[in-house]
Amino acid sequence: MPDGVFGEGRLVRWTLIALAVGFLVLFLVLPLLAVFTEALRRGAEAFSASFDDADTQAAIRLTLLVAAIAVPLNLVFGLSAAWAIAKFEFPGKSVLISLIDLPFSVSPVVSGLVYVLLFGAKGLLGPLVDDWDFKIIFAVPGIVLATIFVTFPFIAREVIPLMQEQGTADEEAALTLGASGFRTFLTVTLPNVRWALLYGVLLCNARAMGEFGAVSVVSGHIRGLTNTMPLQVEILYNEYNFVAAFAVASLLAGLALVTLGAKSLLEWRHGDSLSPARRH
Amino acid sequence: MAIAITAEGLAKSFGETAAIAGLDLKVRAGELMALLGPSGSGKTTFLRLVAGLETPSAGRILFGDEDATRVPVRRRRVGFVFQHYALFRHMTVADNIAYGLRVRPRRERPRAGEIDRRVRDLLDLVQLSGLGKRYPAQLSGGQRQRVALARALAVEPRVLLLDEPFGALDAKVRRDLRRWLREVHDRTGHTTLFVTHDQEEALELADRVAIFNRGHIDQVGTPDEILDQPATPFVAGFVGEAVRLPVDAAGRWIRLGPHSIATADDNITGPAELFVRPRDFALADGATDAIPARVVAVRRTGPARRAELVLAEGLPTVEIELPLDHAVARGDVLPVRLAKIRLFAK
Amino acid sequence: MSVAALRGWTPSIAKPSVLPGFGLTFGFAVSYLSLIVLIPLAVLVWRASALGIDGIWRVATTPRVLAALQVSFFISAAAATVNVVFGAIVAWVLVRYDFPGKRIFDAAVDLPFALPTAVAGIALASLYATNGWIGALFAPWGIKIAFTPLGIFIALVFIGLPFVVRTVQPVLQDFEREVEEASATLGAGRGQTVFRVVLPALVPALLTGGALAFARAVGEYGSVIFIAGNMPFVSEIAPLLIVTRLEEFDYAGASAIATVMLVISFAALLAINSIQAFSRRRFGHA
Repeated sequence: MPDGVFGEGRLVRWTLIALAVGFLVLFLVLPLLAVFTEALRRGAEAFSASFDDADTQAAIRLTLLVAAIAVPLNLVFGLSAAWAIAKFEFPGKSVLISLIDLPFSVSPVVSGLVYVLLFGAKGLLGPLVDDWDFKIIFAVPGIVLATIFVTFPFIAREVIPLMQEQGTADEEAALTLGASGFRTFLTVTLPNVRWALLYGVLLCNARAMGEFGAVSVVSGHIRGLTNTMPLQVEILYNEYNFVAAFAVASLLAGLALVTLGAKSLLEWRHGDSLSPARRH
Repeated sequence: MAIAITAEGLAKSFGETAAIAGLDLKVRAGELMALLGPSGSGKTTFLRLVAGLETPSAGRILFGDEDATRVPVRRRRVGFVFQHYALFRHMTVADNIAYGLRVRPRRERPRAGEIDRRVRDLLDLVQLSGLGKRYPAQLSGGQRQRVALARALAVEPRVLLLDEPFGALDAKVRRDLRRWLREVHDRTGHTTLFVTHDQEEALELADRVAIFNRGHIDQVGTPDEILDQPATPFVAGFVGEAVRLPVDAAGRWIRLGPHSIATADDNITGPAELFVRPRDFALADGATDAIPARVVAVRRTGPARRAELVLAEGLPTVEIELPLDHAVARGDVLPVRLAKIRLFAK
Repeated sequence: MSVAALRGWTPSIAKPSVLPGFGLTFGFAVSYLSLIVLIPLAVLVWRASALGIDGIWRVATTPRVLAALQVSFFISAAAATVNVVFGAIVAWVLVRYDFPGKRIFDAAVDLPFALPTAVAGIALASLYATNGWIGALFAPWGIKIAFTPLGIFIALVFIGLPFVVRTVQPVLQDFEREVEEASATLGAGRGQTVFRVVLPALVPALLTGGALAFARAVGEYGSVIFIAGNMPFVSEIAPLLIVTRLEEFDYAGASAIATVMLVISFAALLAINSIQAFSRRRFGHA
C-alpha cells in the first residue's frame, strides 16, 4: 500500500474512504436493513404468522423445487461443456464460450418472453403443447425452463477457465495408469475443480431461487400453483400486506447473505483453486 | 576530486530486519559506480535511499554539499531506471520521455517546442529515433529500457540511478546494452550508480565497484583492486572464481595440509584462510615448492581442459584450467605452484 | 449411435486426442445450449422478422414505446455514469487503504448480484417512499423519489454498482507500484501522479465496467418496477412495456421491443469487446 514517502495525505485518504463507505452504506446497507426492519415491524409474531399462509408455503416449496431441478441440470451442463472445451481442440471454441455467456446479456424479461413465444397459447409450439394437454407456460415446466435459461452460465463460467488452466496432464497421466475415461473424470478432474464447482453452484442456486423477471413472464401468477418466492413477495406487496412481503423477502435476503458469506469464505480459503478471474 | 554523493552512517531497517547498517560511501562526480553483491545484501535498498524512495532509519545523504536526507523524492532531481522499465503504458514513447518536463510547475516548464526538441535529441541519443509515436507495448525489452533511460535523462538529473537495469533482458541484449550504457555515460558524463548481481557486468562497466555484504560495504575500488587485492574474505570469495583453503600461517611459511608454501605476507600467524584463483595455479615442473596434486577428474570444455585436483587429503578439490596441449588423465600427479594467493586471518 | 461408441469417438471436428468423452460431452453441451438458448432466441428473431425491419421500426417509434426506450436508455446511462465515478472511488479505497470493516464492505459489493431483484425492489421502494427513511428527508423540500424517474435512477445505480468496482479492482491491484515511483522521481506531485499516470491506465476498465452496468440496467425489471411509477411516457421502462404487450397477447409488439433491446445489449457487448481488444493491443493490458 503506497504510504509514507509518497502517499495521498491523511485528509485526502479519509475523505475518499468516507465517500466510498457513504456510497456503499446508502446503496447497499440501508436497503438490506430496510428488509429486516420492515419484516419485524409488527414484532416476531407477525413475522412468523406470515409463513402460516398456504400460498406462501406453496411458493417456498415451488422455489425449492425449481432450484432442485435447475441447479443439478446446470451442473451437468457446466461440467460437460468444461470437459469438451478444456480437454479438446476444435474450431469454434470461442464461439461456444461466448454463447455460454449469452444469458448475461439478455434482459430477464426477454428470457421469459422467448419461452412464451415458443410454448405460449399463440406461440410456435403452442397448439402442439395444447394437444398433448401438457402445460408449459403458466405452469411449473415453464418456470423451470426460464430459470435454467437465466442461470446456466454460472457454473460453466467458474469451471471452464479453471479446467483450461489445468490442461490435460493429470488426465493423461491417469489414462496411462489404466483408468477409464469416466473414472478419470470422477477421481482426477472433479477433485481438481471441486471448489470452483461449489462456488458456481452457490451462485447458480442464489440466482435460481431469486429470479424474478423471467419467471414473472412465464408463470401466470396463479396463487398456490405457479408463484415462486419472489413472485409471492410481489403479490403480497401489491396487496399492501407489507409485513408478510418483507418476511418472505427477508428469507431471500438471508439466503443472499449466506451466499455472500460462503462465497467470501471460498475466495479467502481456497482462492487458488478457483477460476483465475476470482483470485484476488 | 568533487564528490557527488555522500552517504554517512546510513542505516535502514524494515521492521525487525536491518537491510543496511552504518554504511558510508563517497561517489565521485562523473564516475560510473557499480553496487555489487548477492541478493539481500542491501544494494537496492541503498539505491532507493539515495533516490528518496525510502527514508533512512539513521544517517545522512548529501548531494555535493547539500543535505538531501529530508528532501522528498520529487525534488531530488535524480534519474531512476527500474529493472522492469516502469514505463507509462498508456503514453507514447515521446510522452514518456517528455513527462518529467511536463509535470514541472509552470515557471520552470520549457515551452512545448523546446520539450519536443529535447525529446528528439534524447531519442537520437538512445538510438530510438523515429519511434516517438509508438507505445511501450509495441517495443522490445531492450528498446523499453532505453526509453526508460531517456526518460530519466530528460530532467537533467544530478545523478543517474539504475536498479539492475538489464536484469529482465536476455543475455545477448544485456551485453549489447552494457556496452551502449558505457558509451552514453562517457558522452553525457552523469554521475551514475547502478545495482547489479552480475559480476561480469560490474567489472566490465564500472570505474569503481562497491561490494555489498549483508548491509555493509566491504570494499570500494577499481575492478583491478577488487580482483587482485580483495580486502575481506567475502570479497575474495565472491568476486571472480576463487578457492578457499584452510591453512596454518607461521610467518614466512604457510602450511597447507602436509605442504609448505612460501609467502611474502608475514603478518599473519595462526589459522587462516587462503584464497587462490584457478588461473593462478602454475604448472611447476621440478620447482622446489611444487605441490604434487592428484588428478581426480578431467573435463573438456570447448577451448580448454579442466582438471579437478586434490592438493592434500581433507582439503576441498580445486578445479584448474589446462592448455589443450598438456595431456592429463585421472590418477596422474601434477606438480603445481600457487603463483598468487591472498591470505586472511580467521 | 450408442453411448459406448460415443465415448470412444472423437469426431473429426476435434483434433484427435487420447482423452475420451468428447462426443458425449460436446454433444450434450451443444444440445443443451440449443434447446435452452438458441432455439428460443431464434424464435424471437423469427417472430420479429415476420414484421420486417420497417415493422419493427414502426412499433419501436410508437410514442409510448419510444418513451419507454428513452426512459430505459437515458436513465441507465446516467446510472452507469454515477457508478463509474463512485465505483472508481470504491475500488481505489478497497485496494489501497485499510480501515475497519473493509473486508465486509468488499464482500458487500457483490450484494446486488446475490440479492433477488424483487427483494431489492421492495426495499428500495420502501426506503425512498415519502414516508421511508430516505424519502422522508427529501419530502419537506417537495422532492419525490419513489414513483418518479428519480426512483428508477436509484434502483439502476444499485443494480450496476458491482460491475465497475469488480472490473477496476483487479487492474488497480495489478498496477505496478514502480510506475508510481518512477513518476515521483521525475518530479511529479502525488496529484499529478494519480491523474496523469494511474487513472488513465484505469480508463479501459472503467469504460468496460460502465458498459456492463449500462447493459444490465437497460434490461433490469424486478428492482425497478416497485420504485418506478410505471406511468406511461414518464416512468415506464421498456421491459415493463414488453410484459404489458404480452399480457395483451400482442406477441408481435413484444417481440419488436425485445429485439430492439437485444440490439442495444449486443451493441454494448461489442463496445466492451472492442475496448478490451484495443486496450490489449495498444497498452498491453486490459
